[in-house]
Amino acid sequence: MNNTLRAFATAAAVAGSAFLSQGAMAAETIKVGILHSLSGTMAISETTLKDVMLMLIDEQNKKGGLLGKKLEPVVVDPASNWPLFAEKARELISKQKVAAVFGCWTSVSRKSVLPVFEELNGLLFYPVQYEGEESQRNVFYTGAAPNQQAIPAVDYLMKEESVKRWVLAGTDYVYPRTTNKILEAYLKSKGVKAEDIMINYTPFGHADWQTIVASIKKFGSAGKKTAVVSTINGDANVPFYKELGNQGVKATDIPVVAFSVGEEELAGVDTKPLVGHLAAWNYFMSVDKPVNKEFIKKWHAFIKNPKRVTNDPMEAHFIGFNMWIEAVKKAGTTDPNAVIESIVGVSVPNLSGGYSTMMPNHHITKPVLIGEVKADGQFNTVWETPGLVVGDEWSDYLPGSKDLIADWRAPMSCGNFNAATGKCGGKGKGS
Amino acid sequence: MSLLPRVVLLIGLAFAVLSPARIEAASVDEAFSGFASAGYDTIEKAIETLVASGHPTAEAVLNALEGGNLFVREADGAIVYKSKDGKVLDARTGSPIAGNAAEGLKPVRVNNRIRRAVKAALGSLTLLNPRPESRRAAAEAVFKGRDPTALPHLEAALAKEKDAGVRRVMKQARAAALLGTDAPEAAKLAAIEAIAGRGDLEARALLASLGRDVPPAVAKAAAAAVAAIDGRLAVWNTAQSVYYGISLGSVLLLAAIGLAITFGVMGVINMAHGEMVMLGAYTTFAVQETIRQQAPELFDYSLAIAVPLAFLVAAAVGILIERTVIRFLYGRPLETLLATWGLSLVLQQGVRSIFGPTNREVGTPAWMSGAFDLGGLTLTYNRLTIIVFAVVVLALLMLITRFTSFGLRMRAVTQNRQMAASMGIRTPWLDSLTFGLGSGIAGIAGVALSQIDNVSPNLGQSYIIDSFMVVVFGGVGNLWGTLVAALTLGVANKLLEPFAGAVLGKILILVFIILFIQKRPRGLFALKGRAVEG
Repeated sequence: MNNTLRAFATAAAVAGSAFLSQGAMAAETIKVGILHSLSGTMAISETTLKDVMLMLIDEQNKKGGLLGKKLEPVVVDPASNWPLFAEKARELISKQKVAAVFGCWTSVSRKSVLPVFEELNGLLFYPVQYEGEESQRNVFYTGAAPNQQAIPAVDYLMKEESVKRWVLAGTDYVYPRTTNKILEAYLKSKGVKAEDIMINYTPFGHADWQTIVASIKKFGSAGKKTAVVSTINGDANVPFYKELGNQGVKATDIPVVAFSVGEEELAGVDTKPLVGHLAAWNYFMSVDKPVNKEFIKKWHAFIKNPKRVTNDPMEAHFIGFNMWIEAVKKAGTTDPNAVIESIVGVSVPNLSGGYSTMMPNHHITKPVLIGEVKADGQFNTVWETPGLVVGDEWSDYLPGSKDLIADWRAPMSCGNFNAATGKCGGKGKGS
Repeated sequence: MSLLPRVVLLIGLAFAVLSPARIEAASVDEAFSGFASAGYDTIEKAIETLVASGHPTAEAVLNALEGGNLFVREADGAIVYKSKDGKVLDARTGSPIAGNAAEGLKPVRVNNRIRRAVKAALGSLTLLNPRPESRRAAAEAVFKGRDPTALPHLEAALAKEKDAGVRRVMKQARAAALLGTDAPEAAKLAAIEAIAGRGDLEARALLASLGRDVPPAVAKAAAAAVAAIDGRLAVWNTAQSVYYGISLGSVLLLAAIGLAITFGVMGVINMAHGEMVMLGAYTTFAVQETIRQQAPELFDYSLAIAVPLAFLVAAAVGILIERTVIRFLYGRPLETLLATWGLSLVLQQGVRSIFGPTNREVGTPAWMSGAFDLGGLTLTYNRLTIIVFAVVVLALLMLITRFTSFGLRMRAVTQNRQMAASMGIRTPWLDSLTFGLGSGIAGIAGVALSQIDNVSPNLGQSYIIDSFMVVVFGGVGNLWGTLVAALTLGVANKLLEPFAGAVLGKILILVFIILFIQKRPRGLFALKGRAVEG
């Protein structure tokens, strides 16, 4: 009896000291929040991003950490539940006191955390291509804005494939709707007539594509070269491409260019019937540059699976993380206000062999690559922009936003400055 | 009129005879150096030049280009290609290169435009292939290419062609190519007639593409032909929509039959039903993985092997759930709903932890890929197989409930539990077996759904609402009702979709069901009798 009690006491003491020492250690580390869904519908895409963040942090620690301190990842699981994203963000900033948060995938999850980051003055690095029409002081958008993905893709099809007729197919939510609005305005500005544009929306997880593929075939038989611009979201793509393959729609007849289909999405598909269909991104795993090869090697070693692919949002986190590291070094502190000031203008290597720079509108410069699906599920880069493209937060092709600009540097410090009226605070949320 | 083809033929023959001699070695050099270019224009030009030169390796080089096996040697810019057995050959001479030739090779750049050009070019080169289906495919490629330079090849091929079907396609291809030349009006009108004879979307595309720079008579004939094709296709389109509806209905049916047993017959609101479907799909994945590693030659039978296994896996999990959870909750629908909902999340996360969150690739056996045309209908093999499969599963299930002693006891328990129990039927065991049967059938559905949907942990979720909708609409406890409901909803959905769009179409169907249930709360085919009232 006595013995048991003593054992308990010892155990408690050991546990207590372990806890204390951990507490003492915590003061020595800089915490980095990782806000990606590890369960629920979005886990399919976001789990990989959590892993890549852990790898980047681990690597930085091997290099000696940051400001003489080790980095400590704090992983939370918002479970694909949008309000939970806001709760978890609050927990990360106010309870865990993280220096920066890397996270979110869907636009709705980002919109749900925005007020939290604004209120608590945190830092969010958002790694996914999105619809634009936003610039927030506390958020850094390392994924593509529409002009860094959609518009170059359409330009490529117009020039290389002489496409005259367009099907804009998307899942029914904010990213495809806004992107298609921008594309429609852009196409019309290039002289495409309204009857040569077909817009089609489908629900999330749409599985029966027979009618839509048939109507695309029909739309494509008007004697003008036709292409499909797809903003169809992740999961619905597999049955869509399967149906295209089965109904014999070949890329040489009606090419499909997708903005949400990358290496990761193709991993679950038999890609042989898809050869030649296109995707527009800022990075492909197949990019033949030493920096990319090294990244892939490290990734495979970290994840212990040589078959895992890399994709564009992973590159965005790679860039975003390194930018944050550089900005903190420059500022000498992790204080958000100092980092927001020092990060603008920071240039770090991207994985396609060049450099990406953080612009005053909190978007970054990137090359745009157009790739064709190969039989092995990788992409073959068929075209790339000659230089880097600056992310344009407020689209020039939408009437409500063409006069707006964002500049978070000192005197202006505004996310929606209206150049026509000369006032800060036009449409949308900004400062 | 009859004179014209002969004249064209003569000109064509003259070209065919003259061209190899006419083209000098210099242009072949130009073609080969063009392949090393980074610009697609130059590469496309190179293809044209190479084909026109009639160079002996042209066909092999283009085949290699199409397959991504044509390379530029970085050291000296020489063009080489890899043969099927992995040998590296010189593109100019076709002779093997000695030494470690595979070093420093960069593939020739290919995009869709190049692929199209290669296809059209290969078409005109393979028009004389000994196999009729190759000739036919070649003629189809030329038809799509509409390249006037293919005319001489077509004439030469037509002169030798005996097969009537291939002749027809060749004539259509000739007509298509002719429209691109400045041939006389009469010839063009005849060409339009030949193309209009196809009556399909490709013919329509070609005819509609004739610009304004054609003579008015030709434009008028083309417009009339387009209108005729449209009229014909309009009828077929409705038939096609109905077929799509039946196809969607068969998917709904498969997803719902299992639920018709567990919910319809037993009255268990089983929110984990979708996860049984998902388990079936993952079983298919596991079976295919094993086959890929152990016996790749069995791949075409993988689905047949997966069906019984998926049944067993899902039935076992179903029985386990019934024994451990659901049997304590009979008669408490709300608790059952919550408990099974929780179970569905547990199962999803379990699968996510074991197989990972990403989609798993389930291959389609060769016999289920592709499509065939029936009149104006395009029927895809995978959908057709699923329709047949759904009917077979339903028929089997009906036979089981109607003619086996298990089915008899199952019906007895459904109709009057107390009476059945006092007749000596062990109702608790029967409940387990029935639940197992329903779950097992959901597992079988998973095998079929793995062919058309994502195999991911979320697979089941997308079918649970639809399944309940079908069972409730059809009438609880009635398999015929499930069949009629699934087909009705499928066809209605697909007939609405072209007008209302996929999103609104689905909403309209839901509104319809809500109104219908108000009017007939027991669904289409309600069970009647004393047992129902109690």
